[in-house]
Amino acid sequence: MAPHDLRRPFKRAAISDQQKRRELSLLRQAQNRRDAQQQARCLASSILSLQSPVPESEPEPEQPDIDLETAIEAEQESGASSKDLDVRRASKLRGPEVRKWFARQLMLPEWMIDVPDRLSQDWYVLARPSGKRCFVVSSNGTTVSRLRNGSILHHFPSALPAGAKTRDGSGSAQSYCILDCIFHELDQTYYVIDVVCWNGYSLYDCTAEFRFYWLNSKLEESGACSPPSYYHKYRFSAVPVYNCDQNGLYTAYTGVVPYAKDGLLFYNKHAHYQTGNTPLVLVWKDENCSQYVIDTDSKGEIPSQQQVVLELQDNGKLATSDDPPVVFGCLDADMIQQSGLDSGNLLRFAISDGGLSFSDGKLEKADLNYLGKSNRARAFADSYSKILFQYTVRHSPLKIDDLLASINSPDDQENKSCDMEMAG
Amino acid sequence: MAMEITQFLLAAQSADAKVRTEAESSLRQFQEQNLPVFLLSLSVELANNEKPVESRRLAGIVLKNSLDAKDTGRKEQLVQQWMAIDISVKSQIKDLLLRTLGSSVPEARHTSAQVIAKIASIEIPKKLWPELIGSLLNNMTQQDRPPAVKQATLETLGYVCEEISDQDLVQEEVNAVLTAVVQGMNLAEHSPEVRLAATRALYNALEFAQTNFENEMERNYIMKVVCDTALSKEVEIRQAAFECLVAIASAYYDVLEPYMQTLFELTSNAVKGDEETVALQAIEFWSSICDEEIEREFESPESGDSEPSHSRFIEKALPHLVPLLLETLLKQEEDQDQDDTIWNISMAGGTCLGLVARTVGDAIVPLVMPFVESNILKPDWHCREAATYAFGSILEGPTIEKLSPLVQAGLDFLLNAMKDGNNHVKDTTAWTLSRIFELLHSPASGFSVISPENLKRVIGVLLESINDAPNVAEKVCGAIYYLVQGYEDAGPSSSLLSPYLTDIISCLIATADRTDGGDSKLRSSAYETLNEVVRCSNIAETSHIIAQLLPVIMNKLGQTVEIQIISSDDREKQGDLQASLCGVLQVIIQKLSSTDETKNIILQAADQIMILFLKVFGCRSSTVHEEAMLAIGALAYATGPQFEKYMAEFYKYLEMGLQNFEEYQVCAITVGVVGDICRALDDKILPYCDGIMGLLLKDLASSELHRSVKPPIFSCFGDIGLAIGEHFEKYVPYALPMMQGAAEICAQMDTADEEMVDYGNQLRRSIFEAYSGILQGFKSVKPDVMMPYAQHLLKFIELVSRDRERDESVTKAAVAVMGDLADALGSNTNTKLLFKDCAFCNDFLGECLQSDDEQLKETASWTQGMIGRVMVS
Repeated sequence: MAPHDLRRPFKRAAISDQQKRRELSLLRQAQNRRDAQQQARCLASSILSLQSPVPESEPEPEQPDIDLETAIEAEQESGASSKDLDVRRASKLRGPEVRKWFARQLMLPEWMIDVPDRLSQDWYVLARPSGKRCFVVSSNGTTVSRLRNGSILHHFPSALPAGAKTRDGSGSAQSYCILDCIFHELDQTYYVIDVVCWNGYSLYDCTAEFRFYWLNSKLEESGACSPPSYYHKYRFSAVPVYNCDQNGLYTAYTGVVPYAKDGLLFYNKHAHYQTGNTPLVLVWKDENCSQYVIDTDSKGEIPSQQQVVLELQDNGKLATSDDPPVVFGCLDADMIQQSGLDSGNLLRFAISDGGLSFSDGKLEKADLNYLGKSNRARAFADSYSKILFQYTVRHSPLKIDDLLASINSPDDQENKSCDMEMAG
Repeated sequence: MAMEITQFLLAAQSADAKVRTEAESSLRQFQEQNLPVFLLSLSVELANNEKPVESRRLAGIVLKNSLDAKDTGRKEQLVQQWMAIDISVKSQIKDLLLRTLGSSVPEARHTSAQVIAKIASIEIPKKLWPELIGSLLNNMTQQDRPPAVKQATLETLGYVCEEISDQDLVQEEVNAVLTAVVQGMNLAEHSPEVRLAATRALYNALEFAQTNFENEMERNYIMKVVCDTALSKEVEIRQAAFECLVAIASAYYDVLEPYMQTLFELTSNAVKGDEETVALQAIEFWSSICDEEIEREFESPESGDSEPSHSRFIEKALPHLVPLLLETLLKQEEDQDQDDTIWNISMAGGTCLGLVARTVGDAIVPLVMPFVESNILKPDWHCREAATYAFGSILEGPTIEKLSPLVQAGLDFLLNAMKDGNNHVKDTTAWTLSRIFELLHSPASGFSVISPENLKRVIGVLLESINDAPNVAEKVCGAIYYLVQGYEDAGPSSSLLSPYLTDIISCLIATADRTDGGDSKLRSSAYETLNEVVRCSNIAETSHIIAQLLPVIMNKLGQTVEIQIISSDDREKQGDLQASLCGVLQVIIQKLSSTDETKNIILQAADQIMILFLKVFGCRSSTVHEEAMLAIGALAYATGPQFEKYMAEFYKYLEMGLQNFEEYQVCAITVGVVGDICRALDDKILPYCDGIMGLLLKDLASSELHRSVKPPIFSCFGDIGLAIGEHFEKYVPYALPMMQGAAEICAQMDTADEEMVDYGNQLRRSIFEAYSGILQGFKSVKPDVMMPYAQHLLKFIELVSRDRERDESVTKAAVAVMGDLADALGSNTNTKLLFKDCAFCNDFLGECLQSDDEQLKETASWTQGMIGRVMVS
């Protein structure tokens, strides 16, 4: 039996601060390690830079309410944005770079110019609220909404996880959310159409099915759907998502919702959240479910001829913003010379009476009439799907009945023809 | 075959350093050239009664040191060497040693007993010396053996019992040993020397007596002999017998009931009237009973069928025990507070009283308060000190409701007593105040005996008394330490302290600067209290004060570098002072970098601070300064990527720290700092990674390095992997096998040993952290690198998931790494196959999803999503 240690001198209890310092250091290191790994796990560490002590050095360009025309137009802008999401790099961004980065992070739907296969099995549908598309980020006791161009819309407390500095303490740095929302001016509500990160967990690489499931179970639970209060300035609301069967599609199309609709959004159930344009999310609209079916000009009027914006390439070709670009026509060298145009310029054209002609579903010829350089605010040319959608809207629109019919038909394949019809 | 080495052994003890060194080197040469003959020669020397005592003694010591060492690595090596020696040589040595037990020279017998025990510790567990116990017992049973042999034999038995474990002997051997030992204690038959040796041997053999203590007759017999021996004429024997009783109190608490009456009388008489060495053991007996009962009280009553019994001995003895202990308090010695090595009856009595208070709680208060009240005002300082000590001793245990009226009524008296004319009274009063602040002052949880109104007076008294004699000042530091600690994270209450902060800080610095403290104890107490003051201050209100403290401390640290170093004593003093100051800097750095508003203060001073730390490192040649290293970790965390510019100069110290096997704490801290730097620099650490990884791998492979450093090294792999991403690829062939090897060690760990279970949990968590960091680093760049290791990792997770005893933190790390694996490898056929085969995943995730821990649930959902993604797409 080992001899017992001399009893600790009761009255001489030494304060061992060194041991305490060691232990506190270990605790700090363990916490930092957890945060770092968690950050990597959740990808969205970029959010931390929102709280960076360095203020965004450029004054936030005051965005007066963007009119819907621009908002819709803007929808197509970032067609060529990077597909790779490098959040680790993004986490090191500061100031204006943060804004630029955010501007590229939204997933942008293509326009529905034909009905995808297996619509009823593989797709969801929802009625898109009209309003300002934005990313809402809650982190470290505050919530920020950023518009498509990265500029800040609101800075406010919310009931989202880590969204407000409440008395019971805000979440740690690793707790944050990123929601894809549309801010609906009339009822001052953020309608959540997708979730990218929730409470520190990245859902970028998860299927839409999983993301919507997660969103539905978590959003309500967080209290973010409650009416506004001191710690919760704006109400959030989930948008009802339906399986795209007959019932679902019909409900989304006709159902009464508390917001003004701006078309229908279709989500492929298996698609991950992908930044930039994707054919796995589609938008479709007609006069019944949107006020803004046909593009308006800067005065808010519908021009008599459809207008498109194309990019001038080195070889004089006029291309869309798609990757790879679709060529709509060609300018001859003389004309380029005379008008003082350079490659990379975005040019505005009207589609004249000759219209667009297709063969085998491919664009063959477009009757374009040069109008001039486009608005300087534009960063990208139109996408192919947008031009085509606008074209069909003016000529032979894809109707809700076509969609319903495609679900009804025993063989979805048949609906392929619809595209040809339109082109004709 | 043995060599004549007497001359060398004598010369090795010569006063002439030259002669000594030469002899030592000859002996070493001999040892290296032919170890078996060397050891044999030593035992021949030891056994030879014609040789001088001096050479025999040294022969024994060298022999012993050839068999055992403190360092486990070295010890293992010695054991191997011994095992490799030819069996005939070994048995010659053993015979010589056993024969030496009969020597007429006491020192030779004693040394021989020790060496036998060392050989026994190697050979008995391996059953290589079965005849040892028999031949020792033979010495005891043969009537004609002289007392000296019996004494040496009993001593040997005691040492052997101390070295081996109770599983190494069969019950018959245990019985025979106990019989021999207990008979050796018999008064009628044996001389005092034999009885003393027997009693001491019993102390070591008690651990073997489990079975015997379960048998009532045998137990009664042993207890009777021990109690009788506790009344021996010889004080040393009485002390040894009481030491046995102390050991019995701990080991056999459950069966003590029938003997308690006797034991109370025995100990009570010893406390009252025996020599101090005996009385101290008698008090220790009751302290040990308290330890047992506190532990039993602490274990929850629902803990199952094996619940240990609680006999409430202290409660039953209370009316007699408390007065007995109170009496001891009056037996102080003059100047006992000046010397930290003093341990006397009044200190032991007070310590025991404190344990009794923790054992019985409120019941002690009415028994102690009359003593306090009747003595606190007496002219004799002994009475006033004893009364204060008694009061201070019972502050832990009784309820706050019971204590707070008493403390509230007495606080003012105590504050006044800080002006008592007697140093001891002031010392104990300051200690009592620190106990009050420690135990009854917690504004953070809404309770304190100090009102905001009397805080001013409390601080006033403390800051005046800190100028008192060094021993009093040191206790006052303790009081300030606990006073400020109460305000840590205390919400609005933490503001109460802010107005006094400047005064407190300047008094502490003045105290640290005092030169009358003798040793550096007062100074380090003052600095450590200063640390607590900084840590607990309300940052929003006091950041400017702390910002002003920073250059003061930096200046002081700068001055230490200038100190002239002549002796090693100077060097040590410089090191201590630097340790204290680096500690303060670390705390300041951490405090100021904790908020965005104040972080800039650190960033602006970072260059200067780093220059200082590098100078501190420069003061030593072979080791790095532990405290400076600790502070650098905090600085790296504060500065982030900016730390890169210091790396070129700092790197060599980092290397030095990672190579410090002996001071493993330094190594461990350096490993932690590597992690801090990884997070600060990210891939900018790359140029240093070859060196760092090389050293970390060497550390892992070393048997010399304390095992507690190994888990942090694995975690550090994760930090590096995360920081440098795909560049970790070149380390994979080295690091991953180490991780797999460690995982396999975890699988085979002894689950009965609580300490090993703890260690196993740490190791498992750190292996998972390593995988997480590395996987995350490779994610989306080179995930394929990790594919070959995925199967092994999943098997390891499975194994851990099946362990019901696993720690919560291990569960979290395991579930997270599973998600990381799915996330990093991404969706492809191989990954799908990998997870398809892993049926345990669902059970494990299911278990985690049902946890009450939100964080764990979230992690598990996320992991589920990651695996789902792999499987679906």
